Amino acid sequence: MTPLLTVSGLTKTYGAHTGCRDVGFELFPGEVLGIVGESGSGKTTLLRCLSAQLAPTSGTVAYDMRGLGPTDIWSLSEPERRMLTRTDWGIVHQSARDGLRMEVSAGANIGERLMAVGSRHYGNIRTEAEGWLTRVEIEAGRIDDLPTTFSGGMQQRLQIARNLVTGPRLVFMDEPTGGLDVSVQARLLDLMRGLVRQMGLSAVIVTHDLAVVRLLADRIMVMKDGRVVEAGLTDQVLDDPRHAYTQLLVSSVLQV
Amino acid sequence: MSKVEGYNFAYLDEQTKRMIRRSILKAVAIPGYQVPFGSREMPLPYGWGTGGIQVTAAVIGPDDTLKVIDQGADDTTNAVNIRSFFEQTTGVATTDKTREATLIQTRHRIPEAPLAEGQIMVYQVPIPEPLRWLEPRETETRKMHGLADYGVMHVKLYEDIAHYGHISTAYDYPVLVNGRYVMSPSPIPKFDNPKLDNSPALQLFGAGREKRIYAIPPYTKVESLDFEDHPFQIEKWDRACAICGATDSYLDEIVTDDRGGRIFVCSDTDYCGERVAAGHRGADEEQAA
Repeated sequence: MTPLLTVSGLTKTYGAHTGCRDVGFELFPGEVLGIVGESGSGKTTLLRCLSAQLAPTSGTVAYDMRGLGPTDIWSLSEPERRMLTRTDWGIVHQSARDGLRMEVSAGANIGERLMAVGSRHYGNIRTEAEGWLTRVEIEAGRIDDLPTTFSGGMQQRLQIARNLVTGPRLVFMDEPTGGLDVSVQARLLDLMRGLVRQMGLSAVIVTHDLAVVRLLADRIMVMKDGRVVEAGLTDQVLDDPRHAYTQLLVSSVLQV
Repeated sequence: MSKVEGYNFAYLDEQTKRMIRRSILKAVAIPGYQVPFGSREMPLPYGWGTGGIQVTAAVIGPDDTLKVIDQGADDTTNAVNIRSFFEQTTGVATTDKTREATLIQTRHRIPEAPLAEGQIMVYQVPIPEPLRWLEPRETETRKMHGLADYGVMHVKLYEDIAHYGHISTAYDYPVLVNGRYVMSPSPIPKFDNPKLDNSPALQLFGAGREKRIYAIPPYTKVESLDFEDHPFQIEKWDRACAICGATDSYLDEIVTDDRGGRIFVCSDTDYCGERVAAGHRGADEEQAA
């Protein structure tokens, strides 16, 4: 099987400061990869490099494009890369405000990607948006409400709907449950787990919350100071951590 | 009004006019593309038509006949002042007649009388960037134009339909020029949008504060954006002009007293006057007679 995403030697430096260094991994179709580590360990920099939001200093990110096979995303022209990120990829931001258009309605937020790829039939766009609101457990009746009137959890679900509407194969998520209370987190995780399985999505999820990766991720990578210190199957790494830092991370989780 | 001595022809110095003409040539070569230019301080504030005036100053010649309109009328403050400005600095002939003018500077309207080959329309533009309301970053809007990434324009139209049941954008209605650039037609009512399409006249747009010039060359395709199931429509009135009885022109609503009395009249004063001279009468005029 061809990996969906093949990353090798990925390095991003900010002047003398290191964002992430020499990261490499493969992601297969239908697989969910969790990236964990403390604040400042380079998780978000890595995700931004992977998702074409930030050009890496060196290294390659090859994506298995439809019809083209594995292609380095930074060798694509900018329009091609934009098209890729808005059709075959989804990007869920930590703050819904970064991922949503707050000044337009929920329906327009979901429809934006459809319109960007050429959909010009209002009725069809609206039907699709209603369907997606229902799938992410938001009442279809709220289609014309602004996202500012939504709760944090609803905004996050709306962001997911907005990304999945074009049927992407790969979704990047940066702290998708950040800032939500635990019961809302649980519902969101449940929903994401369902959607990932239903749609056969691959996903890369960055989080500092080990519970999130435990529930969602098949494999995890542990990052410290910009480097991957340990990688493997989720349960294996979390139940039997090898690296001192991973051991610290696992033992830092409060038991209730 | 006679020419005032001491100013260069059309107020601007020759080098500035050359610079503006170069921008205009580029704008004509790339229909709908916003060309930056070194906008000058003019003897009136930004927002009062400085972009249009600079474009007019750059293209006007001693043989031109100038018409200036504001909201369709030749006799409103903005129109009167700009006309007298060019009378004093160029001494060219001016007119109220659309058909006699070679150069027409306008704010908010396109004349009802069809334009002809050889005529130049100059529009005053406050905000040249049609994507501005949805994307505040200039770097990003330029990139979006460069990549023809215009999906977001339809988000705005979608919002209109979702909230009002129809596309409620009534003026400055975005258009696609020559199948490539999305362009702001300046704050003309959407009633005038069809007149932009395939017009025999050269159409120039100047934004003084924003320092942009763009153009629609003669006989260029200009489409108003819409949805397949909500096609572009222009305003309609269920009554005729009270003065000339026209049913095919853009009507202004005028309040006549403080008891709710109101009449609808042509916004294009020249068109209305021409029809009255030709013997047409509206309902109100007939009653009075």
